[in-house]
Amino acid sequence: MNVSRTRLAAVLCMVATGLLPAAVRGAPPPFENTMAQRMLACTGCHGAQGRAASDGYYPRIAGKPAQYLYNQLVSFRDGRRDYALMTNLLAPLDDAYLHVIAEHFASLEIPYPPPQPATTSVDTLSRGEQLVTRGDTALRVPACAACHGTGLMGVAPAIPALIGMPRDYLNAQLGAWRTGKRHAPGPDCMAQIAQRLAPEDISALSQWLAAQPVPPLAKPAAALPAPMPLECGGTGSPGAPR
Amino acid sequence: MSRPLRTVAMAIALLVAVALLLGALVAWLNVRGEEPVDTTPPRAATPEQIERGAYLARAGNCIGCHTARGGTPYAGGRAVPTPFGDVFASNLTPDPATGIGGWSDSQFWRALHHGRSRDGRLLYPAFPYPNYTRITRADAGAIHAYLRSLAPAHQPNRPHALRFPFDQQAALAVWRALYFRAAPFEPDAARPATWNRGAYLVEGLGHCNACHASRNVLGATSNPLDLAGGLIPVQNWYAPSLTSPWQAGVADWPAADIVALLKTGVAPRASVSGPMSEVVVGSTQHLNAGDLDAMAEYLRALPAGGATAPVDPDPPYKPGSVGAKLYEQHCAACHGEQGEGVRGAYPALARNRAVLLDTPANLVHVVLEGGFPPSTNGNPRPFGMPPFATVLNDNDVAALLTFLRASWGNQAPPVSAVEVGRFRSTSR
Repeated sequence: MNVSRTRLAAVLCMVATGLLPAAVRGAPPPFENTMAQRMLACTGCHGAQGRAASDGYYPRIAGKPAQYLYNQLVSFRDGRRDYALMTNLLAPLDDAYLHVIAEHFASLEIPYPPPQPATTSVDTLSRGEQLVTRGDTALRVPACAACHGTGLMGVAPAIPALIGMPRDYLNAQLGAWRTGKRHAPGPDCMAQIAQRLAPEDISALSQWLAAQPVPPLAKPAAALPAPMPLECGGTGSPGAPR
Repeated sequence: MSRPLRTVAMAIALLVAVALLLGALVAWLNVRGEEPVDTTPPRAATPEQIERGAYLARAGNCIGCHTARGGTPYAGGRAVPTPFGDVFASNLTPDPATGIGGWSDSQFWRALHHGRSRDGRLLYPAFPYPNYTRITRADAGAIHAYLRSLAPAHQPNRPHALRFPFDQQAALAVWRALYFRAAPFEPDAARPATWNRGAYLVEGLGHCNACHASRNVLGATSNPLDLAGGLIPVQNWYAPSLTSPWQAGVADWPAADIVALLKTGVAPRASVSGPMSEVVVGSTQHLNAGDLDAMAEYLRALPAGGATAPVDPDPPYKPGSVGAKLYEQHCAACHGEQGEGVRGAYPALARNRAVLLDTPANLVHVVLEGGFPPSTNGNPRPFGMPPFATVLNDNDVAALLTFLRASWGNQAPPVSAVEVGRFRSTSR
């Protein structure tokens, strides 16, 4: 009798605690002394756990290579990338914390959103695919895949994925490199490439890239099969200064 | 000469004489007390002198202004924005062509103590020599020794971008005649040595009142002892009064909390934000315990004064439901249903002096830009707040701030959308 009453109480307790979150739905999650809690400053714009915002601009940061994320954080803080909200936010943070932040987001494995259906002609899409997978020798533009990996999921530790990104974001970044608004540590290979691309080419390749599905559990490649066609600062490519 | 003509001639002569006398007075006030400059190259510094100079340069946060964003430390190039235009900090590395490689000790001292450059030109007080004039000659020599030990960086100085007439040396001479007197630090014999050390750091090297004091229309503070708070021009962050118990006065704080704030950026009752983060990052976190204790002793002993209690809204303001709803939606998860915050992570908003300041300048900055306290050895992984600039419009921010300034025992005047818009435009 006694035993069964205790058991009943325990079961009721479990039910009660199990139901609790539903009962007080909307109540804030409890405070936790974790990196996820600290990074609420980032996920406000970059989406829960850094999975990208729904507005199609703020990019996904979850699962990107750690060194790439670190390079971007330093570039925003030190003025190589120009976005006042990021610069203000990062100004009082030291290199050590930026490393921790980069490692945190790099370690997250979160499903990717479905691809964006293309909104352009078949010809434009095939031009986009050509630029991404084979490049354009006449323009001296190497294939995106030559550096960003054959799966376009980026290469550890410093080259980011090109698929799973919003089209607007891809356009904005290539445009910013083309006009000198965005910089990477020198030699700034992406600036060279973007300046060789016409706006129509940028639009074509971002249309194609944004329409590609990301395979489940896709991750950055461990290494590139061949040396990079250009020298790129911050990537550890041959001769590139860090 | 007819009589009226003679009167006119005499009047003109008198005016010219007065102008010449005033000019001579301004000129005299600008060179008074200056010894002839000695151009002998400095002697080789000792390692102790360089080490001491490195520490003192931290105490003065020279690196803060004399380093461009992402640039070579001490190579200059950062703009100091003023209401009169931008003043660009100079290259302090020992490059002979573009830095201070060719300066003598005497010239370096003259810059700190008299605000005059190597070539005799007057320096703009955006370089805080009204404070640095209190630095001892030995300390100036040590700082110079340290700067000479840096790797030379070839980086030409950017000319200042000041409007007429503020770009004129004559205008600067008049300003100096009105507002600047070179004066060494005079210890107060009636006070303990630790208090005097704190005074030397706060009034001189630390140049705290370059921000924590109001400036007149010509950009002058009343004196290096004024710490009664002021709106930082152009940036529009309010540096709160260090004397007022209603603002950032610390007379009733334990000394250990003041030291913690300066050393780590966070303390039980406050955390630093905005331009003060730069001060903690570049300067105070590097200071030794003795100096931080001395500064705390000096700050605790400041005579209370300056700002008064925030005025109770009259008639009492009833917070609207829009602000309450926005608070619930965006703020309560971290700052708490009752504005209680989370100790060590998120500041309480209930009865927080920073929330109750008359000017909502800092609140608007924080809501729009978000932010982290600085990462320091004592607080290496601070908790952050997201920016709301792209989420909340001026009306939203006004409603939200008005709500939290009138809730949980807070009593501070409402904030208007016009005020939010004014501060949003300077937010960058």
